[in-house]
Parts: sequence; C-alpha cells; structure tokens
Amino acid sequence: MTAETGNLLFFGALAGGAAASAVGVVAFNNAVRSAICLVANFFLLAILYFTLNAETLGITQVVVYTGAIMVLFLFVIMLLNLGAAHVLHEKFDWKRGAGIAFGVVLFGLVGSQILPPLMGFTQPRAPDGYGSPDNIGRALFTQYLVPLEAVAYLLLVGIVGSVLLAKRRI
Amino acid sequence: MVAWVESLHPIWQALIRVLLLVLPVLLMVPGAIWYERRLLGWFQDRIGPNRVGNITVSRRNRFAPDFLKGRKFNLFGLIQPIADGIKLFIKEDLMPAKADRLIFVAAPALALFPAFTLGATIPWGPIQALTPVADVNVGLLYILAISSLGVYGVVLSGYASNNKYSLLGGLRSSAQLISYELGMGLALGSIVLAVGSLKMTDMVRAQEGPLWGFVGPLANWHLFTPYGFLAAIIFFICMVAETNRAPFDLPEAENELVAGYHTEYSSMKFAVFFMGEYAAMLVYGGIFMTVFAGGWHLVPIRWDWIAEQAPPLAYLAGGFATWDYWLAPLTMIAKCVLVLTVYIWLRATLPRLRYDQLMALGWKSLMPLAVANLILVAAWILVERLTGNPFYGFLFLLVGVGLVVLFYRQFRSVLRGPGSDLPRREVELVNYAKPASSETSEGVPA
Repeated sequence: MTAETGNLLFFGALAGGAAASAVGVVAFNNAVRSAICLVANFFLLAILYFTLNAETLGITQVVVYTGAIMVLFLFVIMLLNLGAAHVLHEKFDWKRGAGIAFGVVLFGLVGSQILPPLMGFTQPRAPDGYGSPDNIGRALFTQYLVPLEAVAYLLLVGIVGSVLLAKRRI
Repeated sequence: MVAWVESLHPIWQALIRVLLLVLPVLLMVPGAIWYERRLLGWFQDRIGPNRVGNITVSRRNRFAPDFLKGRKFNLFGLIQPIADGIKLFIKEDLMPAKADRLIFVAAPALALFPAFTLGATIPWGPIQALTPVADVNVGLLYILAISSLGVYGVVLSGYASNNKYSLLGGLRSSAQLISYELGMGLALGSIVLAVGSLKMTDMVRAQEGPLWGFVGPLANWHLFTPYGFLAAIIFFICMVAETNRAPFDLPEAENELVAGYHTEYSSMKFAVFFMGEYAAMLVYGGIFMTVFAGGWHLVPIRWDWIAEQAPPLAYLAGGFATWDYWLAPLTMIAKCVLVLTVYIWLRATLPRLRYDQLMALGWKSLMPLAVANLILVAAWILVERLTGNPFYGFLFLLVGVGLVVLFYRQFRSVLRGPGSDLPRREVELVNYAKPASSETSEGVPA
C-alpha cells in the first residue's frame, strides 16, 4: 500500500463519516440525535482541515462550533424537551417538489463554480505553515485589521443589544 | 533507545507516544482514588481505607515457606480501588426503561474521551521522540478545544437517562462549563501573549529563561511573575470548575439532585464516569504545571547559568541538570499529584457554591480580572520594547497587577451587583452546651 492510497482511504473514511452524519442531521426524527449528528459532522470536518495543513481553522472549528454553539443548541433542545415531531408531519404538497427542484438547481450552480478548478488536483495540500496560528494572526492584524475591528465592534454591539433585550431591568 | 524509536515507521512512533501518555494516566487513576480517600479521611479526622490487601500468613500454613510464616504484610489499603473495581464489574447493569438506549451507552465513552485526549500536546519529558504525542503549533488551543468537548458526556448522559434530576444536572453542567471556559481561555491568553507561541514545548522553553528577565540563577516560571500569578489563580479556579469537582460540583449535588447526571448509571458505566473524572484531574494538573510551573523541570533554578557563572560549582550543577533531564517524567507525575492534593484539599475545605454564586464568580469576577490581566500583559510587552530594560518592565507589571487587584477588591460588590455580599448571620445551635466562660471571653460569639 503506497502512501497515496493510504491517504485516500483516510480521507474517504473521514469524508464518508462527515457526509453520513450530515444526512443523519436531517434524517433523524429526534432533535437531540440530529444535534449529535451535527456535532459529529463538525468534528470530522475539523479533522479534515487538519489533514489539509489548516490547523488553526480546524481547532477554531472545534472550539467555536463543537464546543460552544452546539452545546447551546443541545441546551435549548433539552430545555424545551423536544421529542419526535409527530405534529409536524405534513401532507404531500407542491412545496416539497419545488424545494427539491430548487435544491438541485442550487447544487448545480454552486458545483459548477467550485468543481472545475478542483478537477486537476488529486491531492490538494497547502504548503507547510500555511495555516499556522502565527501566519493567520499576522494577516489578521496587518492586512485585515480594519475588517477585524469592524467585526469585533459588530459583535460587541450584538452582545450589548441582546443583554438589553433580555433583561427587563438593568 | 531514542534512536531506535526514531528509526521506526511514523505510525509506530505515534502509537508508542500515545501508549506512553495513556497507560500511565490509566494506571494512576486507581492510585488517585485511593489517595483521595486516604487524604480525605485524614482531613476529616478518620482513617480511610487501610485494610484491603493486608496479608497475615498463618504459622500453621502448610503451603507457605518457612520464612513467611507468621509475617504480616501491610499495603495501606492500596488494593481498595481494585476491590471497588471488581465490585462495580459484578454489579447489575441497569438501564431505565424509557432511556434513549444508544445515547445512554455512548455517554460514558464521550465523558472518557476528552480526559485521555487532553494530554496529547503536553510534554511529559524533554525527549521529543517520546513525548508529546503531537507537538502541534496550536498546542494550547487544542487543549481548550478538547476541554470544551467535556460537556457532551455530562449533558448527553443527563438527557438519555430520562430522569428529571439527571437532566437538571446536565443543564447545570453545560451552563457552568461554558461560563468558566471564558475565564480559562483569557487567563491562558495572557500567558500566550507573554510567550509568543501556542506550542507547549515553547511554553516550557520560555520558562527556562532568567526570572523576570534579569534574575540570572532562577528560572522564569510563570507562577512567579506578577501576571502569571494572577492568571494561574484564575486558571486553577476554572480548572476545578471544568472538572466538576467540589466546590463546583453542582451537576452532581447530592442534596438537590440525588447524584446529578449519573443518577441512573450503575456498574461499569458509572465506573467509566468516575475514571474520566480522575483522569481529567491528573491531566489538568499536567497542563497547569506545564503552562505555569516550568513543565518537567523540578526546581526553578537554572543549572547551566550557575555552571557558567561559578566554575567551581560546574560539576555539581551539571549533575543536577542531568538528573533534572532524566527524572523528568517522575517530576511531572509528582507535580500532577501535587495538583491532585490541592484538589482534594479544596474538596475537604470548601462548601459547595450556590448556583448564582457560581455564575457571579465566573462572569463577574474571573472574567473581568482575566481581561484586565490580558490588557496589562499587552501593555507590559509595549513598555519592555520601548525601554528595552526588563527591570522597568517588571516594575510596571508589579504596579499594574497591584492596581488591578486593589481595584477589584474595592469594586467587587459593584462588579457582582447588589445583594451579593449578604450580611453574616449568627447561627444559634440547638441543644448545644455553651462553652465555658473562659472561652467565650476570647471572642467566641455566645
């Protein structure tokens, strides 16, 4: 077994797992199981980023999505105690067909833009140190300083606004 | 041996490194449980488990050789955890009828997973071929990421048990872990800023420099720098909260929630939760020591500097440095046990926090302090670069940290909001014989 087939097998297992868990998110009736599938999906995607030399991106994915956002998701789902969605079953109507059609069109559009440039690559790989934290930090605090600060202020305004909305008395 | 390991295929090398991390932690867990029970017994003025494994060979035993007859062997109860393990193995494994079966079984495994993967970037010694498992350039972020996964085991076990107490335990735990992760990340952030790297081996290397930048013979352990001291205290409190230990063990508060998230778990599933908790405590000890207290070095003394400055002592200093180098794994284990001791000490000393106190401590005390510390470290780096003299930088830091702590003490009640500092009420004991008058005169409230 050469290194290339090994890598391909590893990628196949990760990507297959990620795709299967993505299907699980919509296939399960139970909201908690769907959320767990989403967690698994995010985690496997993070490992995929690792294999592509984008360590910082992968770790950020785990910290932000798996570790924080999905925990809050689960928290809310458990707090509302959502069971299987019996009530939400709808009869067949035209909306479903239209949704599938739109989905196929969207997939085709996005795919036609993304796939052709990737056709030539067999093993895409960034140079070593491309996604290292010091490179990303340097880029963020020199080249993209203004957008970074703008996003920071936006988030701060968002937090203050949500506190104002949520608290009756300050 | 190191050369032999380096000659192997990378997959075998990785496997060896993983085993060198996981096996010692796994083997230390029963020891840690025994240690906690003995130490708690000592704190509470009782004996603790000291009987299991004491063997007395009878004088009339026909099968024992002569020199063993009538001898007593005392193992100080060290076999107690193994006896507990056997007991848990042969207990009935119950599962509630309406539990979510798949998640109920998966939750203990999810609780154990972060405890063992957490240590993958900690160097347990100086030899790069054997430790850490992966010296990635996002080492500290990796630890934060994996520690944030610790919630899932608790939350999912709480949900899957289909029990109100378990669910409440899980909810409490998720709120607690999210709250304390912030303080933890910010406390570590100040150290990252000072070191200039996220690599754990770089953390250890940065702490080999001279103390405060100008004291030659002592090493610059972050615990002894003003900003590092503050960060270490914040990190330690957050660490105790992250491992769900007393006084932050609200997810399993016995008086309110039976046993919290593991109420419905029995037999080996419960044992797995237990194991995960102790493994996490040990590994967090390793993280604390690596980031704040010099990693695998035993004492904060720079032997190479001494050898350079005082040639007569060179032989002695060289000897100490060699010992320091080869005893590194033992030093690390001893340091982990030291942190474990503080964990147990806290458990024996402090009562459990109320829920609002927990939230107030995390959000209104630790986070502002950590943010102030972060800003201070950034300013210190600026001052040191402008003046080019580490002594002025140290003075600035000393004054800065002093001001931050003073400010915090002065405005603590404002930070925490009204009603946080309740007046102390005297408790009247029922059926309590009043102490003799000589004692009451010494300030004991009558």
